Amino acid sequence: MRSVESLIFEKGAPGRRAATMTAMDVPAASLESMVPPSMLRKEPAPLPEVSEIEIVRHYTHLSQRNFGVDTGFYPLGSCTMKYNPKINEDMAVLPGFARIHPLQPDSTVQGAIQLVYELEHYLSEISGMTRVTLQPSAGAHGELTGLMLIKAYHEHNGQGHRNIVLIPDNAHGTNPASATLADYRSVEVKSDPQTGGIDMAHLKALLDANAANIAAIMMTNPNTLGLFDSKVAEIATLVHEVGGQLYYDGANANAVLGITRPGDMGFDVVHFNLHKTCSTPHGGGGPGAGPIGVKEHLVPFLPGPMPAQNEQGYFWEDVGPLSIGKMRANKGNFGVLVRAYTYIRTYGPDGLLHVSQSAILNANYLKHALASDYEIAYPQTCQHEFVATAERQKEEHDVTALDIAKRLLDFGMYAPTIYFPLIVHEAMMIEPTETETRETLDYFVGVMRQIAGEARTNPEIVKTAPHTTPVGRLDQALAARKPNLRWTQGQEGTH
Amino acid sequence: MAKLNHPANLKYSKTDEWVRVDGDEATVGITDYAQDQLGDIVYIELPWNASQSVSAEEKFGDIESVKATSELVSPVSGSITKVNENLKDTPELINDSPYEQGWMFVVKLSDPAELDHLMNATDYLAYLEGR
Repeated sequence: MRSVESLIFEKGAPGRRAATMTAMDVPAASLESMVPPSMLRKEPAPLPEVSEIEIVRHYTHLSQRNFGVDTGFYPLGSCTMKYNPKINEDMAVLPGFARIHPLQPDSTVQGAIQLVYELEHYLSEISGMTRVTLQPSAGAHGELTGLMLIKAYHEHNGQGHRNIVLIPDNAHGTNPASATLADYRSVEVKSDPQTGGIDMAHLKALLDANAANIAAIMMTNPNTLGLFDSKVAEIATLVHEVGGQLYYDGANANAVLGITRPGDMGFDVVHFNLHKTCSTPHGGGGPGAGPIGVKEHLVPFLPGPMPAQNEQGYFWEDVGPLSIGKMRANKGNFGVLVRAYTYIRTYGPDGLLHVSQSAILNANYLKHALASDYEIAYPQTCQHEFVATAERQKEEHDVTALDIAKRLLDFGMYAPTIYFPLIVHEAMMIEPTETETRETLDYFVGVMRQIAGEARTNPEIVKTAPHTTPVGRLDQALAARKPNLRWTQGQEGTH
Repeated sequence: MAKLNHPANLKYSKTDEWVRVDGDEATVGITDYAQDQLGDIVYIELPWNASQSVSAEEKFGDIESVKATSELVSPVSGSITKVNENLKDTPELINDSPYEQGWMFVVKLSDPAELDHLMNATDYLAYLEGR
């Protein structure tokens, strides 16, 4: 085990510098003569005083602590941690894409507008929608945009009183959060314990009781159990009959590329997570992109400007008076869009179909292989992910999903999503993605079986894991109850 | 469920709250099963100002654990007479002692007949088994 890396503030010595300035060749002026006394520091800022090699080693060590899909297997369910092909990066740094300004005249950035124009059309084709805005900066931002579009549509039709958004009990937490942010009330729809899809009787009861007030239903399909809701066409009919709209959470779109389309299922609004489905970088809080696709009746409400083409070339076209307005400054996270465009062009239609087929095959391979040692919440054929559980391990050996997740880290792999969806006890949501090799999947299965064996014979090694990481098991309850977010000088290292 | 404790003298709701009736007042908290499912509780939002009212089957607060955030749903209606202020800084009392130190509020019942809709310990255990 490597020792804990100290903070840059804890390194160095007074007076040590990484660079030495040459002597000044202009007259010196005192700070006091230039800055009002009220704005001057009373004491010097406690900046690190370190040599260049200390700086380089410090940040190199930190970078080596990073774990990502470039370093190991990352089966984090519903996050689609697929490999990000390096050709995406090559394209994104081309000067014609990287060294332009969003406010440059259209005539000087024809290629960039063409890329956005074509990406919109690819995403429309993939999702079966009429038009797509590329402005939203992430999935949840897209959700908010989509709900605002639905709201604007209802208000335009004199249906502004509609205030309820139906959300299944296995939905991503962002769905109710976005509904609340859009000033809607979210109402939970139960799922059917047999099929894992929406409980149709409960849906019908909710629609009957609230018919005049249903604004929309938000669905993820396949849902977070990794199951495709085959009742979706009937759900679409029922919701449309009471005047509601259908919102498709695209978080799990990695299962449907080229196989089916949200537009064909009856959805009115779709969001994409380009950082999931289209292999743009993931994590670190962004930048991401959560484009929103809509059917014809919602097009007038889209944010603008939108990319367009005429005989002079490509240009940014202003949108009409019904638009909800800009959701973001300028044209969206363009660098992310270049990567997504590259991904789609690299694979093409047949390749994207193969992506989803492989993602589904890999998930079913893992599900089948793990079924001997772990409970599988829904044993039927899954889509791109599935939910295994630690119910057996907890019941028999008091080893929990959290313990198993921590133990996986000892084997150089990231953990699945745990304790989600909330309707499955001791859930471990596993999504291998299409990019992993058979060898990697087999290694994961071997480790998971070993951990199940340890739970039986040596549960302590699982309950106290991880053992090989730079720091061991952290007290996450204490960290949440009494967060210590700020280092102060003289503070003892509390590692 | 063997090691979890669900005392016979309490009433239970389907949303895993317990009620201890004392004359026209009742004390409310969450069950041992609920705290066990939530895991380490790190934060709770209650109607801290007593004299607020709660309604049966309506949300009265939020509880956050290392696993999830959940709504707290009142099993009874009435006006709150006491809130457990200790939970502000030490929400772990709910994990350690769900029926004693982890109580959440005391309410003056406005409709005692609502208690008939709640389960006894035997029925609650059967309900949990069926989940």
